[in-house]
Amino acid sequence: MPASRLAASSGSSMRSWAIKIVLLGLVDALAVFAMFVLFMQESWIVFGVTLAVTIVINWIYLRPGGLPAKYLAPGLLFLAVFQIFVVVYSGYIAFTNYGDGRNGTKADAIENIQLTSLSRVADSPTYRLQVLEQNGSYSFLVTDPDGDVLVGNPDQPLTEVTNAEIDGTGKAISLDGYTTLSFADLLNNQRAITSLSVPFSDDPADGALRTPDGSNAYVYESALEYDEASDTFTDATGLVYRDGGEGAYVNDDGRELIPGWTINVGFDNFVTAFSNDDIRGPLISVTIWTFAFAILSVATTFILGLFLAIVFNKPGMKGKKVYRLIMILPYAFPAFLSGLVWLGLFNQDFGFINQVIFGGAAIPWLTDPWLAKASVLIVNLWLGFPYMFLICTGALQSIPEELTEAATVDGARPWAVFRLIKFPLLLVSVAPLLISSFAFNFNNFNIIYMLTGGGPRDINAGVDAGATDILITLVYKVAFGEGTGRDYGLASAFAILIFIIVATVSIISFRQTKALEELN
Amino acid sequence: MTNPFNPSDGQEIGARLNPAVAGAATTVRDRDEPRETRPSIPERRRRGFGYWFRDTGWRHLIGVVMLVFAAFPLAYVLSASLNPTGTLVGSNTLFRTIDFGNYVELFQLPQQPYAAWFVNTMVIGLTTSLGTVFLGALAAYAFSRMRFTGRRVGLLTLLLVQMFPQLLGVVAIFLLLSGIGEIFPQIGIGTQAGLILVYLGGALGVNTYLMYGFFNTIPVSIDEAAKIDGASHARIFFTIILRLVAPILAVVGLLSFIGTTSEFVIASIVLTSPETQTLAVGLYQFVSQETSTNWTLFSAGAVLAAIPVMALFLYLQKYIIGGLTAGSVK
Repeated sequence: MPASRLAASSGSSMRSWAIKIVLLGLVDALAVFAMFVLFMQESWIVFGVTLAVTIVINWIYLRPGGLPAKYLAPGLLFLAVFQIFVVVYSGYIAFTNYGDGRNGTKADAIENIQLTSLSRVADSPTYRLQVLEQNGSYSFLVTDPDGDVLVGNPDQPLTEVTNAEIDGTGKAISLDGYTTLSFADLLNNQRAITSLSVPFSDDPADGALRTPDGSNAYVYESALEYDEASDTFTDATGLVYRDGGEGAYVNDDGRELIPGWTINVGFDNFVTAFSNDDIRGPLISVTIWTFAFAILSVATTFILGLFLAIVFNKPGMKGKKVYRLIMILPYAFPAFLSGLVWLGLFNQDFGFINQVIFGGAAIPWLTDPWLAKASVLIVNLWLGFPYMFLICTGALQSIPEELTEAATVDGARPWAVFRLIKFPLLLVSVAPLLISSFAFNFNNFNIIYMLTGGGPRDINAGVDAGATDILITLVYKVAFGEGTGRDYGLASAFAILIFIIVATVSIISFRQTKALEELN
Repeated sequence: MTNPFNPSDGQEIGARLNPAVAGAATTVRDRDEPRETRPSIPERRRRGFGYWFRDTGWRHLIGVVMLVFAAFPLAYVLSASLNPTGTLVGSNTLFRTIDFGNYVELFQLPQQPYAAWFVNTMVIGLTTSLGTVFLGALAAYAFSRMRFTGRRVGLLTLLLVQMFPQLLGVVAIFLLLSGIGEIFPQIGIGTQAGLILVYLGGALGVNTYLMYGFFNTIPVSIDEAAKIDGASHARIFFTIILRLVAPILAVVGLLSFIGTTSEFVIASIVLTSPETQTLAVGLYQFVSQETSTNWTLFSAGAVLAAIPVMALFLYLQKYIIGGLTAGSVK
């Protein structure tokens, strides 16, 4: 660390002071830059927060004294933003309908509906078009029927330009600062270009230009007309879409316009989770399996680990070191890879286990609901027993030999010595680790997702839930899954459920282990 | 950060983080051992193989079974990576052929930039673990050496926060980074800088408690002596304390590195384009879609990805196991 080397030389206080000023200056420069950007974007709340945080940081580091804050501030800042704020924000999202097609404000939605429901205006004039590129985004350079030249892109409405280069037919073909797209470029980016719509003005009702072929553009207008006074959309056939109070415009038949917008839905997500039969059923079975998975994972790994610890806790046994080294290999192997490796081993048609060990049998290890559960537990046993083996060995060796000797002298048989003396002592010392192992497995996303992806899927469920899904994989699939739409609100409601369960379990376990009392 | 079975659990681990503890116990055992074995030479001959098997032999039997269980999947993936046939079914013949073609081909796939994934993983892992160690050490120093209002509450919060892994807030993290990205694209969705910032948010929660315990084992008299000699608090921290706590820094750094490189959930939603992804995200997508056809290539990728982590783990295992078992060796 350069700071330490500098500080060690003479005149250290001046130098460390200089280092402090330089570092603080860098932080302030970054903050000023951030505030400048925020000011330009008119994000006043974030601007205010950034300003306040910057002032506090400067105050902490410039004032004399207040040493603890100087050491705690950097970590706390990250903790506050990316852990505590994130938790609070999850709580907020759980009470909204945030999700696919519902992730903006109502004004954004109105503008978006007008832009996306464009259809070509019949008998409208043809604009001759040249597609330009600048910094990776496309612009339209159009020559209108009167010969005027306009340029614009989806974010920047059309404006007239005079310095464009015109070819022999009167069509504008290039403009300073832009690259003209060749015919090949047009073909390669056909999809992106045909999806562009360049508005005439900031008001989406004025219509926009679109191109079906890259060389001619036509006037498109929204097929849905927005009426501000009554806050309704009317389509070409006269159907009226109203704000139904659910974050979207709906017509009398219940058809919604996409996109909608984010609104607070109160406890709707929680109510849906617990009352909608298509979701409640899977949610309950997923929750049960989550507990079963976490408890069975801890139990199986602990039992095997303890058994091995006893077996190898034999004085004078040869080769103990070799056994120990090989047995911790699964623990050293990256966890995410283990799931994928076993995915291959368990493959029904070509995997080693079916093909070689079971002589070509087609055992559905990962596709039968119960076998998939067993497979997940087997893989987690493979991953987890070395850890339990290590901690149990440590705990066994720390039990004083005198206890065993005294019991043996008193006539206790080895099994009684273990059951009545060693095991209770061992349990006292490993209990906190078993609890944290439970908490870890409760959210052991990687093993489930890598091995089975939560499947086999329950086709009757209203959410994408399968036989081996645990709560955290369900959250991930509801929020980011492919196939079903993203529902951030419902996913966050599930996440809050996990929070509550984990908090309850940890409060109980803290009480049990009395960890809190030992704080000083 | 997550790690199998969360070895970074806090309770009193640090205070006991001393590899000598386990070692000492073993030495005691070894001293006891002749008492049992010394008189056994004539006895053993009398009792013969049956006695040896009942006494020790069955342990070797279990040992061999466990060796196969533990090592087989690893041997299998190594064998598959050296198999030129490419498919899953072809990989069932173990070590029939040795061919390094997969390792070469791995770096020539246009859709799966393995080399980039590898570099990304190392960069993200190292940056995060350095940041975690630094932020955690600063906080642990404050909690261990200073007395201030809110200290107890702060320690309590650290204990509680580590119960809630960051991945629970994955939806909020995604939306937060999307929002940040609209204003500062440099740290928004799709950037590694954004991902590292998110990971650093977990720096205090998980490992500070571990460090705090270890800091407490360094006598305060050392600080005081330095203070009398005129050293500033920053100098005491950077030049004296950090050197004395180097073992715990190594352990926390390694645990953070392993946790970060294995992290899938947040990385998969933040890193959107293939060139920016990590090994966990890239290899998952590589193999999950077409398991059987890509198998040997995936295996080669898995072997290369596992080597640095396993090498570090085995190299530092004395410290790590000391850290793990310490919690139980009370």
